[in-house]
Amino acid sequence: MQDFMENMAVKKNIKIAVLSGKGGTGKTLLSVNLAAVASDSIYVDCDVEEPNGHLFFKPEWDMEKPVSVIIPEVNQSICDGCRKCVEFCNFNALAYINNKLKVFEDICHSCGGCFLVCPLNALTKKDKCIGNVFSGNSEGVRVLSGIMNTGEASGIPIIDELLSQCELFEEDRPIFIDCPPGSSCIVMESIKDADFCLLVAEPTIFGRHNFEMVYELVKLFNKPNATVINKSIGGDDPIETFCNEKGIKILDKMPFDAELGTLSSNAEIAVRQNEKYRELFSSLLEKIYGEVSNETAAYTER
Amino acid sequence: MKIAIPADDNNIDSTVCMSFGRTPFFLIYDTETDKAEFLTNSAASSQGGAGIKAAQTVVDAKVSALLTPRCGQNAADVFTAANIAIYKTEGTSLKENITAFKEGRLAILGEIHAGFHGKHGG
Ligand code: SF4
Ligand code: SF4
Repeated sequence: MQDFMENMAVKKNIKIAVLSGKGGTGKTLLSVNLAAVASDSIYVDCDVEEPNGHLFFKPEWDMEKPVSVIIPEVNQSICDGCRKCVEFCNFNALAYINNKLKVFEDICHSCGGCFLVCPLNALTKKDKCIGNVFSGNSEGVRVLSGIMNTGEASGIPIIDELLSQCELFEEDRPIFIDCPPGSSCIVMESIKDADFCLLVAEPTIFGRHNFEMVYELVKLFNKPNATVINKSIGGDDPIETFCNEKGIKILDKMPFDAELGTLSSNAEIAVRQNEKYRELFSSLLEKIYGEVSNETAAYTER
Repeated sequence: MKIAIPADDNNIDSTVCMSFGRTPFFLIYDTETDKAEFLTNSAASSQGGAGIKAAQTVVDAKVSALLTPRCGQNAADVFTAANIAIYKTEGTSLKENITAFKEGRLAILGEIHAGFHGKHGG
């Protein structure tokens, strides 16, 4: 593995984001197995609402760090009730009731605007813990995972913390970013620094709409990308038709595989259990690295 | 006493709006003078926190009670802080509910709905 990476002149700390338009397409299965087969890699679980990659890797956490955001706290004796902050707040996290300003902490997105608009400086900054990040090793894979406390407004600060933790590693390792499902702003946050986006899709009509949305997002960010069709049934499938229309490269079509499904539902990492899967994912990884080095070459030529 | 009801339209023959935060209008009704006034709900198109903003509008109208089919937790917190009672509407028309309220037939709204925060992803 190490050899072909060197041969291919791939950036060794390459960041590969794995995305899918909806949950249940096998996005975690793919990112976990790719990270495991790459070894000496980093796996980052950005699904901070329902992280599950660690269930496969079962690392022993050796680092835990709380993540906090800044929210306003009002000094009632200074506040004169002008309501400038209430009108300003785009998220409607503030209300003025019974001659008192009330802050809805779970609604506040920590944009910081109210501090700036208050003419009397009646608002002070308060730290609020919204979740935690963890990291630990699993057979050569560094696993990073975060969890957002329930009811919080946004997981973005936790994703930022996870991604900045990746930067702390001195040695160059490939980084696999398991993105949250969907195409919302927390997915954007997860892919913003990625070198390559791997889209995982299921060949159904329902899958197609979500796939289109996530593809639009990747296009918007101008990211090099390719697609893997999971649980491929062969023949005509709506995802493949879409990919052909748009000129999206299909790297692999993985047929439905009951054994792989069983390993996954038992939270086992297939490439660690069975040589067959080790080969399957190695060859997929090789294709991904191939895409990235093509892209890098293409970009330098321009 | 003044009461507020979310309304689908800005006339007294309208129906009660099923959503509190996203209702297009609020009927503000004075039970002593039978005077009706309609307020536009500026929170209807809000991205998030619509319930809080809508509640602010209702509080500012200085009502003593809100009649609504449902109400989210955040809005309910605003009403508690403002000492405004929340009653559950029955049937669909504004008029029926005004009558029912005057006759003391409406119950206090017991079940408060948790919001969807955390799911809109910022
Ligand atoms: S920090 Fe931003 S989101 Fe939070 S209350 Fe202030 S203005 Fe609203
Ligand atoms: S802007 Fe400042 S003074 Fe005005 S209501 Fe807000 S906190 Fe109070």
